[in-house]
Amino acid sequence: MNIIVCVKQVPDTTEIKIDPVKGTLIRDGVPSIMNPDDKGGLELALRMKETEGATVTVVSMGPPQADRMLREALAMGADRAILLSDRRFAGADTLATSYALAGCIRTLDYDLIIAGRQAIDGDTAQVAPEMAQHLDLPQVSYVIDAKKTDKGFIVKKENEDCVQTLEVEGKCVLTVLASAFKARYMTVAGIIDAYNREVEVWSADQIDVEESKLGLKGSPTKVHKSFPKSLKEPGEVFELSEEEAVELIVSRLKEKHII
Amino acid sequence: MDFSYSNTEELFLQMIRSFAENEVKPLAAEVDEKEMFPEETVRKMAKLGLMGIPVPKQYGGAGGTVQMYIMAVEELSRVCATTGVVLSAHTSLCMSPILEHGTEEQKMKYLPKLASGEWLGAFGLTEPNAGTDAAMQQTTAVDAGDKWILNGTKIFITNAANANVFVVMAMTDKSKGVKGISAFIVERGFKGFSIGKKELKMGIRGSATCELIFENCEVPKENLLGQPGEGFKIAMKTLDGGRIGIASQALGIAQGAMDETVKYTKERKQFGKSIAQFQNTQFKMADLKTKVEAARLLVRSAAWKKDMGLPYSVDAAMAKLYAAETAMEVTTKAVQFHGGYGYTREYPVERMMRDAKITEIYEGTSEVQRMVIAGKLFK
Repeated sequence: MNIIVCVKQVPDTTEIKIDPVKGTLIRDGVPSIMNPDDKGGLELALRMKETEGATVTVVSMGPPQADRMLREALAMGADRAILLSDRRFAGADTLATSYALAGCIRTLDYDLIIAGRQAIDGDTAQVAPEMAQHLDLPQVSYVIDAKKTDKGFIVKKENEDCVQTLEVEGKCVLTVLASAFKARYMTVAGIIDAYNREVEVWSADQIDVEESKLGLKGSPTKVHKSFPKSLKEPGEVFELSEEEAVELIVSRLKEKHII
Repeated sequence: MDFSYSNTEELFLQMIRSFAENEVKPLAAEVDEKEMFPEETVRKMAKLGLMGIPVPKQYGGAGGTVQMYIMAVEELSRVCATTGVVLSAHTSLCMSPILEHGTEEQKMKYLPKLASGEWLGAFGLTEPNAGTDAAMQQTTAVDAGDKWILNGTKIFITNAANANVFVVMAMTDKSKGVKGISAFIVERGFKGFSIGKKELKMGIRGSATCELIFENCEVPKENLLGQPGEGFKIAMKTLDGGRIGIASQALGIAQGAMDETVKYTKERKQFGKSIAQFQNTQFKMADLKTKVEAARLLVRSAAWKKDMGLPYSVDAAMAKLYAAETAMEVTTKAVQFHGGYGYTREYPVERMMRDAKITEIYEGTSEVQRMVIAGKLFK
């Protein structure tokens, strides 16, 4: 089985600070990471590789710096890495991005495409579904489990109030939640090998696309305004006795020097 | 001169930092409180190849550098000094001497199991009457034809309770003094070998430090490490390498205490502002930060020399001396910055202060390091 995983390098938004005067994001010195949902997707692919045998190819579109993230994917266990990097891709919105990725994937031999649900910088959740459309493939989003069958895949999809089990015939696109697949660490041997292996850098000429639909030219989206989401720490749920609960609350308040 | 991390080191740092933060840090307080050997963590480390970082691939290791290994010890010790020393003793004190002095058969027999983490390693040199004066070995090894018979006791042995393989020094020819000491590879199951009492320690409490007892212990002939009489030389060379590991452990503890103190002093408010805003805090922390960075450069430079095959004995001594004393100073001041809270177990700095102290003592006290440095200086 050949699995393609789409990954994106994003700024670690948990480390981003907001310029108090301009209200814009300060990106200087913010580390770049593999988008968490995409990492979850890679983890699913690597688990399928272990249980059912597969060749895992990671594909990304981005600037040359994305090389490092692809090395990370190789060190985690991916077999091949392709970076679509070309000035002609610049300024792409989700439509032009999904079009370029689809153009790349069309040239590859594959049985399954996995992508993260959404990227933490843009939060659109559009690229993978659009890619499925370009490739004319069925898609399942919010996937928390997937297994290969003779005909295709049995997929579990998380909805707000239930989990659906779906059967997909043939090739398909799955979008994955990071929370469902705790990603493995890179291995030491994988890290040492990562820079001795090749990250293939592909230009627009190497993929199956019409140039007019790439980059800024192929992007109908006009950004009206960008603003940061208000950040709130996630709540924690504890199941404790009344006594333990009191103790916990008091210790937490003390920790923050409130009492 | 290039002080930056290589691409590979950057990637490695990303992994080990994330591993330390997510897998090691949450257990650190419990490991200390309950004197709990971090068995599960060691298993996870083994799976990632962390138990055999600088061991060549042909012996089942990851084929990495000393630099990467000490980065791992630093990052682990930054959150849990126990986990740091488990890796350091295993790598520097057990695998290194086998790798550097072992026969091909010994390397093939022991290194793959040690490097994969299936087995844990330890080292036995110290005795009740042979501490800093390590040449005063009273453990004896007698040639009994097809085997060696060992008798004696070793004390303060890191990893002892959990280790499967021990590199042990014993006197084979007392008449030759230091040149009568030999090194042996001892397996846990050898007849006549047992683990004695466990020490109750001030710090690194999760690492079980025990006695090794040899009562007519039978060691196969082929388990002599190096030539007869080379034991002291092997031990000293092993400790040279080990000191880089302990220097990294000290560095990690110091860095961990810095991290905690920066965070705390920014949060803690007194007299209407955070205590980080007081110049006393800022100046003291600036001094400590400078010392930590100086220690890091000494440690990295010693590791670089070892990787390059250059002499590094004095560099390792300077790195350990400086990093250990820096760790003690930083952690002591970190507790002071935390005030009353710092003295309680609610905050990790009191543990860090207890953990830091041992780095001035084991694998050569700070005084021994000064002897090594001065010895070279006045040669």
